[in-house]
Amino acid sequence: MKDELSYLLGRTARGHISRRAFMGRAAALGVSAALANTMLAQAVRAEGPKKGGLIRLGMAGGESTNSLDPALAASEVPMQVSFTWGEMLVDVNADGSINYRLAEEVSSSPDAKEWKFKIRKGVEFHNGKTVTAEDVVETLKRHTDEKSKSGALGIVQGISEMKADGDMVTLTLKDANADLPYLMADYHLMIQPGGGFDNPAAGIGAGPYKITVNEPGVRYGFEKFANYFDDTIGHADQVEILVINDGTARSAALQSGQVHMINRLDPKIIELLKRSPGVRIEAVPGRGHYVFIMRTQTEPFLNNDLRMALKYAINRKEMVEKILGGYGHVGNDFPINSAYPMFDDTIEQREYDPEKAKEYYKKSGHDGSPIILDTAPGAFPGAVEAAQLFQESAKACGIPLEIKRDPDDGYWSDVWNKAPFCASYWGGRPVQDQMYTTAYLSTADWNDTQFQNEKFDSLLLAARGELDATKRKAMYSEMAHLVRDEGGVIVPMFNDFLSGVSDQIQGWEADPNQELMNGRAQVRCWLA
Amino acid sequence: MKLHPVANLLVQRIALGLLLLLAVSVLIFAGTQLLPGDVAQAILGQSATPQALANLREQLGLNDPAHVRYFRWLGGVLQGDLGKALSNGQDIASAMGGRLWNTMFLAFWAAVISVPLAIMLGLIAVRYQGRWPDKVISAVTLSTISLPEFVVGYIAMFLLAVKYRVFTSVSMVYDGMSFGDRIHAIALPVLVLVLVVLAHMMRMTRAAILNVMQSAYVETAELKGLRPFTIIARHAFPNAIAPIVNVVMLNLAYLVVGVVVVEVVFVYPGMGQFLVDHVAKRDIPVVQACGLVFAAVYIGLNMLADVISILSNPRLRHPK
Repeated sequence: MKDELSYLLGRTARGHISRRAFMGRAAALGVSAALANTMLAQAVRAEGPKKGGLIRLGMAGGESTNSLDPALAASEVPMQVSFTWGEMLVDVNADGSINYRLAEEVSSSPDAKEWKFKIRKGVEFHNGKTVTAEDVVETLKRHTDEKSKSGALGIVQGISEMKADGDMVTLTLKDANADLPYLMADYHLMIQPGGGFDNPAAGIGAGPYKITVNEPGVRYGFEKFANYFDDTIGHADQVEILVINDGTARSAALQSGQVHMINRLDPKIIELLKRSPGVRIEAVPGRGHYVFIMRTQTEPFLNNDLRMALKYAINRKEMVEKILGGYGHVGNDFPINSAYPMFDDTIEQREYDPEKAKEYYKKSGHDGSPIILDTAPGAFPGAVEAAQLFQESAKACGIPLEIKRDPDDGYWSDVWNKAPFCASYWGGRPVQDQMYTTAYLSTADWNDTQFQNEKFDSLLLAARGELDATKRKAMYSEMAHLVRDEGGVIVPMFNDFLSGVSDQIQGWEADPNQELMNGRAQVRCWLA
Repeated sequence: MKLHPVANLLVQRIALGLLLLLAVSVLIFAGTQLLPGDVAQAILGQSATPQALANLREQLGLNDPAHVRYFRWLGGVLQGDLGKALSNGQDIASAMGGRLWNTMFLAFWAAVISVPLAIMLGLIAVRYQGRWPDKVISAVTLSTISLPEFVVGYIAMFLLAVKYRVFTSVSMVYDGMSFGDRIHAIALPVLVLVLVVLAHMMRMTRAAILNVMQSAYVETAELKGLRPFTIIARHAFPNAIAPIVNVVMLNLAYLVVGVVVVEVVFVYPGMGQFLVDHVAKRDIPVVQACGLVFAAVYIGLNMLADVISILSNPRLRHPK
């Protein structure tokens, strides 16, 4: 039996037998599906990647207004496109460790204020120029310039001095930051020749593929860059990214074999999609989460008892079941989950508790007038339905919620960060510090809950410069408690990244950083 | 010099059309000024600093009064300069040109199939009025028009792309594609568009001809012993052309300006999605340019309908 199984494994790994057929025969040999899956993954890895072919992605999250300038990337398609032609100093591995790319070594001074990045030698840009320390410094400088409108401005602002010396880049920070390498893994910070000052949207980088077609909102084409420095990735000869914003059209394209991978599957159709041959679903727990935001400095949410009442009046498990179709995990009213390094898993899970909700609501002395909750279909997938579930569960606690449904158009400029109570989402960040700094530090632009807590702020700054992991973890735990028990955010759920992948694709790895293997599926996978 | 009355009428129509287009350009300009939110704020997003806002307003000339901006824009348009997109800096004329060409390509093939088909079906329906062919034609076309076009699209996609894999569900077309590949790619959207516009034109053909069929000269033709189909096609149809042309043009205009849903469902890179994306980003110059093109198509086609109606009327062609 063992021989037959290993024979089958070899055949499947080489692509002679379909994955589905293998699973069927393995089951006939008495091997459980889970075990067969693991064995298959190992066999495929042992067989090694196959080179060549054209990998095609069908993706939501692209518009005809997109630019190739990595500083302006703000949705899924521009990000995926940047990861195909671009290369950064460092990247983050699936397990949360640092993946050295253009920097081959990173070191810091003991106070975590001065950081040195040693630039890899002999790496070429697509235009034939060698990647130097100057290119890196120029790139970072461009992102510090307000005029470049970079999405990474908040990250590079903390650097007070940048210096290139030989193959060494030295960055001096205003305040200590033990997470700097993670910040440099931000997807806007693609290293460009000369920093990209001449033509930021040229699409020339040091990544595995050269861009050949740029039709914003429609299609992007790439061919392998012959002089790419790393031959462990970039297996296909060509890559194509098609923008397919309609969900049904996207899954039809996958089912009919026109694309190999699609992003953002609707949980509602997963059971149907599972039944179609040649396609598998990859559900990857990530750091992204859906939130209801209470503005803590705005009436009626000045009162923490009212905030607590609402936190107890939401049924998180029901939402994970009904809104995410089970593809996700319950949240605990702070923005961190087990996908983050240094997560404290001993913090008690908050449950739906009508008794406590009633108690807090009474204590708050709220006048009983309806509390307005703003929501829109685009606030997060299922946001209107989630608000309705919240309204029902709160009603059972005697708390009157009134749903105000807004149009998607203008929601992020007119409602979010303005209305006292609204639905929203966060994509998650690689490390806790970045998540808290972006949205919970009292002075942050995107502090959408208006969280003002001196103790929290000082803990955040202290943790940032703390190189002792145990102490740091304890600080993050304390901060989590502060946000959970005093903050204005209700986190009902963390959503999985749901992707549809053709059986022709091999080398898939679950990566919690971003969807489609942190934007690199087209580079890290290969065709069977 | 005295113009032929028909030429006179045509000149009048064209002048009116141009005047209308000018009026529409004022409306488009005013409409885009009324979009909620400050343009500069919309472009820069939440992270805008007051200085950046002021710079951008200056750069876009937003500090000038509206009429000055209108004439500056109109002047550019008349010289073929539509400006640059605010969102990604692309030249609007070239970015929109490709999209417009795609939209026209799709509309052309949908029209080539649907217009003769609708008229033919209309003629057959009149010939067998009240009998089963008439009823079948009406029932089928009315049910395809009653379903929303995305439903028709999804059904076609499910059957012909996913289940039997005859056509592709992604109708993306691009430069360097052979003509045959292009036609294969757009087969499904063309099919859906044909089904959507067929009923309206068919019903109008049927109604217009039935109207004429009551006339005395049709009775004369019958008494002469002509075959029923010859009477309909040779004698009744020419007199029903005016109303039919009008409804055909309305549907052609729809094929150009109203197919955003079909474009999205089949991922076709046409004008509709292009416009929607730029409205969402408050990319005003692009929205204005698209609006103007759509208005020109609409006015142009309606003008053409008028002209054909005039020319098809012997009383106007041969004045006493």
